[in-house]
Amino acid sequence: MNLEDIYTELIAEHARSTDNRRRLEHATIVERGHNPSCGDEITLELEIADGKIVDAAFNGAGCAISQASTDMMIELLNGRDVDDAKRRAQLFIDMIKGKITDENLLEAELDEAATLKNISTMPARVKCATLAWHTLLTSIDRRDQPVDR
Amino acid sequence: MSDKNFLRDFPILNQKMNGKPIVYLDNGATTQKPESVVRSICGYYGGCNANPHRGAYQLSVRATDIYESARARVAQFINAPAPASIIFTKNATESLNLVAYAYGLTNVGAGDSIVITVSEHHSNLVPWQRVAQARGAALEYVYLNPDGTLNDADIERKISARTKIVAVTHVSNVLGLKNDIKKIADKAHSVGAVVVVDGAQSTPHIPVDVQALDADFFAFSGHKMLAPMGIGVLFGRENLLDAMPPFLAGGDMIEYVEEQSTTFAELPQKFEAGTQNVEGAAGLHAAIDYIQAIGFERIEAIERRLIDYAIPKLSALPFIELYGCAPSVIEKKTGIITFNVKGVHPHDVSTILDLEGIAIRAGHHCAQPLMKFLKQNATCRASFYFYNTIDDVDRLIDALKKVRKVLRLEP
Repeated sequence: MNLEDIYTELIAEHARSTDNRRRLEHATIVERGHNPSCGDEITLELEIADGKIVDAAFNGAGCAISQASTDMMIELLNGRDVDDAKRRAQLFIDMIKGKITDENLLEAELDEAATLKNISTMPARVKCATLAWHTLLTSIDRRDQPVDR
Repeated sequence: MSDKNFLRDFPILNQKMNGKPIVYLDNGATTQKPESVVRSICGYYGGCNANPHRGAYQLSVRATDIYESARARVAQFINAPAPASIIFTKNATESLNLVAYAYGLTNVGAGDSIVITVSEHHSNLVPWQRVAQARGAALEYVYLNPDGTLNDADIERKISARTKIVAVTHVSNVLGLKNDIKKIADKAHSVGAVVVVDGAQSTPHIPVDVQALDADFFAFSGHKMLAPMGIGVLFGRENLLDAMPPFLAGGDMIEYVEEQSTTFAELPQKFEAGTQNVEGAAGLHAAIDYIQAIGFERIEAIERRLIDYAIPKLSALPFIELYGCAPSVIEKKTGIITFNVKGVHPHDVSTILDLEGIAIRAGHHCAQPLMKFLKQNATCRASFYFYNTIDDVDRLIDALKKVRKVLRLEP
């Protein structure tokens, strides 16, 4: 495994990007995700209307992989139907767990997030990569609960 | 004997990771084991294994001898007054829990206080939180000076007439600074409190004399000092241990068991319920032999040389932030250096170093209140032992120079 296969230009860019780091005025979901072993933290905000994610953003601090992965997730899922978002989030988690390896499928469904595939060979970093996606799935399951900032 | 010669005793350190010779700098988490320790475990199972204290046959007698001679060796190693004051546990965490549950719950009441420091490892913090909650007592923290040392005025203020227990680490697992246990013990004893010392990070690196420290309880782990995982030690004053109820109940810790009542065994068996970790005790015995053959004077000198070499090199790197390494505290410093690479999360640092064959620790080091105090989510920690070399420090420095480049923070 080479450093370049993990810390790609794309990941470095997404980790630094501030495009999706903001708070949503009309968030219907605010969910915190936390990786206690290394201290990665994100707060995911979603605005869901008529079964569709109409806006999404996050704030957080953590390693490059967790932050880049969160940024990529928001770019991929913003604007999609909730069910479609759930399906793709599960696909991403399965990719990181090494269960799905079909590159054509992964690129078609996950776009840039598919470049995180190499993390599946690094057990110590799996939690970093999947933090945002697990947080998204949890938040969608709890979407009927009132927003708690 | 030069530093390099130690490596002959540690075959694990003669391998490559990612094609590069391994540099192991996570000794604060656990140390590697010399061949003599591994041999002692094989020797136990190869020729001496039986359940100690039970059988009247030769093998059981042999196992008992191995177990009890390890206890006597430990007592001598930390200058405990008698082997009966040495309780074997599985690690420092269990030792501290034993004190919290058996002494704490019995002797702390509503309105009392338990005093700890903000630099405690979770193992010397969470048990006290639970005792305080269960008994309606206050859990009070001694805070630090900006340089990471304990604030003396805060010690004076927090240890009061209502204090029943003062629990403090001998050496912080994050900052690597030695605390003046004798001074804290004097203050604790002056108000009638007992002092509980977490010696997990001190016992492997500096000579420990529990009588000179005036510690009432002293806990440490075997695996951080060359011994196997799963063996730990609690020293306690015999009069305190005698008065405490048992921690775990079961076989081997009893005298007579009736249907509705039991009388308990004498020390130390009273606190050692069930079949014990004899192979661990044998390994700990061999580890102490190995450490004492080198001598603490030499161990301290090696670690001092590594620190004295590493800290100025790290300070010279503009992108490195050091914690607990100010010149004012260097005298109290053991072989632990905690730092961050500016703009890079510690987990990324440790992954990048790992690909260079270098093992360091990244995270909150089981000391979240201290991380809050340092205003860091997490840090990197390089922790040395006597088998580390100047070459290891050079490899660390070279690898750190790559970190920001890999993340495109620098050209």
